Amino acid sequence: MAESLILVTDAGLYCPIGDFYIDPWFPVPRAVVTHAHADHLRWGCGSYLISADGLHVTRARLSDDAAIQTAAYGEAVLLNGVRVSLHPAGHILGSAQVRVEYGGQVWVITGDYKTEIDATCAPFELVRCHTFVTESTFGLPIYRWQPQRTIFDDIDSWWRANRDAGRASVIYGYALGKAQRIIAGVDPTIGGIYTHGAVERINRAYRESGVQLPATTYAAAAGKRDWGGSLIVAPPSANGTPWLRRFGNLSTAFASGWMSIRGARRRRAVDRGFALSDHLDWDNLMRVIDGTGAESVWVTHGYTAVVTRWLTERGIDARIVTTRYEGEAIEAAESVESDELTDPVIAPPASDGIAGIAGDL
Amino acid sequence: MKQFAALYAALDSTTRTNEKVAELTRYFAAASADDAAWALYFLSGRRIKGLINSRKLHTWAIEGAGIPEWLFGECYDAVGDIAETIALLLPPPDLTDDRTLTQWVEAHLLPLRRQDEAGQRESMRDAWRRLDGTARFVWNKLITGGFRVGVSQLLIVRSIAEVSGADRAAVAGRLMGEWSPSADFWHMLTAREGTERAPSQPYPFFLAHALSSDAGAAAIEAALGDRALWQVEWKWDGIRSQVIRRAGQTFIWSRGEELVTERFPELAAAAERLPDGTVLDGEILPWDATIDTVMPFAQLQRRIGRKTLGKKILSEVPVIVVVYDLLEESGVDVRNLPLHQRRTRLESLLHDLDDPRLRPSPIVSEPNWDALAVERAQARATGVEGLMIKRLDSPFGVGRTRGDWWKWKIEPLTVDAVLIYAQRGSGKRASLYTDYTFGVWDENGVLVPFAKAYSGLTDEEIGRVDAFIRRNTQEKFGPVRTVKPELVFELAFEGIQRSARHKSGIAVRFPRILRWRTDKRIEDADSLATIRALLPPETT
Repeated sequence: MAESLILVTDAGLYCPIGDFYIDPWFPVPRAVVTHAHADHLRWGCGSYLISADGLHVTRARLSDDAAIQTAAYGEAVLLNGVRVSLHPAGHILGSAQVRVEYGGQVWVITGDYKTEIDATCAPFELVRCHTFVTESTFGLPIYRWQPQRTIFDDIDSWWRANRDAGRASVIYGYALGKAQRIIAGVDPTIGGIYTHGAVERINRAYRESGVQLPATTYAAAAGKRDWGGSLIVAPPSANGTPWLRRFGNLSTAFASGWMSIRGARRRRAVDRGFALSDHLDWDNLMRVIDGTGAESVWVTHGYTAVVTRWLTERGIDARIVTTRYEGEAIEAAESVESDELTDPVIAPPASDGIAGIAGDL
Repeated sequence: MKQFAALYAALDSTTRTNEKVAELTRYFAAASADDAAWALYFLSGRRIKGLINSRKLHTWAIEGAGIPEWLFGECYDAVGDIAETIALLLPPPDLTDDRTLTQWVEAHLLPLRRQDEAGQRESMRDAWRRLDGTARFVWNKLITGGFRVGVSQLLIVRSIAEVSGADRAAVAGRLMGEWSPSADFWHMLTAREGTERAPSQPYPFFLAHALSSDAGAAAIEAALGDRALWQVEWKWDGIRSQVIRRAGQTFIWSRGEELVTERFPELAAAAERLPDGTVLDGEILPWDATIDTVMPFAQLQRRIGRKTLGKKILSEVPVIVVVYDLLEESGVDVRNLPLHQRRTRLESLLHDLDDPRLRPSPIVSEPNWDALAVERAQARATGVEGLMIKRLDSPFGVGRTRGDWWKWKIEPLTVDAVLIYAQRGSGKRASLYTDYTFGVWDENGVLVPFAKAYSGLTDEEIGRVDAFIRRNTQEKFGPVRTVKPELVFELAFEGIQRSARHKSGIAVRFPRILRWRTDKRIEDADSLATIRALLPPETT
């Protein structure tokens, strides 16, 4: 039997015929990258192939001299005769599933994805394939998302109640993706929206990419003011830091799929948890797997053992792909993000090679 | 039910005391008297016992969700709470329901006690189809118990007093002991004028604040001032309780507000000779009469654990009450008399009674703090936990109010031990590895399990230990992981006993993690031999 089109190597998923890696864990000569979160976009690769939509956000996270090639969604690129195309994953701006075709075999590697419509990025596209490599961050049937309108209504009510009580509202979400989705989803007539530097940097990249966001102000540039009634959007690493002092009386919230579990909400030590996720829930995961028509499913990033067993019991050929990141480690170390606007480069890998873990934080 | 679920969600989503009181107040003000009474019943941690065991709930939930057993187990591991797991797993409701809390309790909850299994199953599945999100979770909690939402009795009392204008102390008193949730009870509870008390009703317990266990005599003197203003007693390690003799009946309450009269027949017999209208505060202790010494707490646990008390256990573990205080005398509430007056009356009462099973708590008479510090240092040998320091003119207050009563505990024993097993926590710590088993070296150079501990690390440390465990798991046995021995922790505990039930031959009381010894290697951890040296001499 011929060698598999995609292999799992010490540096991640690798296509030997095309000689490229997908979301490699270490610097490699050629990387095809699904999206710009730190556990997928590795610093120091020879060249990067990403979606055209992701150019500005990826630039915001790599050094200026990084060799970046882009492809529009659906556009085919030949790498050593292997046909590679990128398809919307609906996770964050520019996120892509990687479709790899060679000798009549089609593979799709999802990266992170969600099926719910997101105002800040292109909607997920279902791509048929023979082998489907899927994430499984929320691969347990306890995860069943509420429609996002319900969640945004909850966020708006919380913000409004804080405003009426003269308090600032600080909401934490991952600086790339979640923060912009929050900003685009809340009701901007409630009050002013302010940002942490890590969020504002990405807002700029989103706006440069043509994504419409309500007006936001970089909080550090807003000077001394009464913060009552404001919404402040910040990365989770800002929680409990002196940076918060300037806002006076405030209420805190965290937007993440993990917040659907009471224990996780309480552990976060925030006032409110909103279960707003950029990954798909159990029901949709099963629907997508079914929809791809895949004969084999490789499960990675998350509840790999659970999803694999569930699929196997249903007669689907499924296997676990181990990553360097144990997806269930939901409290994984978060990189502390600088509030500076002029700090666009992610740090070179720390000694263990992990510059920061994104996930659905 | 919707309003009650909304109250639960509101209480659960804030850590601010004032907001909790405001939410409670809003709920009580809007609720009917019977709903308010039931809400209070559940919020104060009470439950209807013996409804459905969680094993059955689990089975029916699996049927309802259409998933295999193993997947339910995985979900439970991630959630850490059976009621919440079920609420999340079941499909969304397809019926609506506007019934009140009381209607739900009367139509669904109480009948469960009389129904056969098929009826219970039907009732639960019907409820699950009618309740969504938080309401479904709350409903499950009413059945499984463990309904905790971070409101203390104190906050509940505050909000009831606020809603009704009734006196706080009166409300607190009326809430003690046994009551049944009803509109009548709510009216009685919120009445501004005093209402009749049931003979069984205990007083709220008065609790001491802790002085730092590493504080020395000088620090105590600085904090408490003149030694002569204070009464000092031993801090006993038993069951804090109230002994009530009223209307020709005897009631013994534990601090957990559980009626334990029948568990201690010898104490009930002794209390029968108390004058009518007497309430005593004291500590139930297992007592070895032959050497007139307290026995280890583990002995008392042997008695607590039993459903029926045979002659053997009664003779092996006899109990007494060391009486701390007199709360009611000749039917009159004397809690506001100064302590020294209550003490004089107590001593005279117990002197007249002359029963070794009810004896006054001995006074520690050392004349100054330095001498007391010396006594405290030797306290472990006497089987006590430290000293109690009470202001001589203090009333018997309510709850834990600062200033009048202090406990000055013995410094804990400490041991350096190695993390060897880990298990996920539950509740707030679900999905994180936070339940640890620690080992120490035996004679053959093997790490033997020595103690389990759950608390003592910061959230940040928990995260780091969790990550270590995930990367260094050697084997998995069900929920337990064996971990590569590498991390050393300093454990503290209050007492140490021989135990045939533990592999190490040792049982420790209140073990907890004092600090993570990142400076130590596993070779530096303690050995069983050094720990055995801490054991008290064998008594038999």
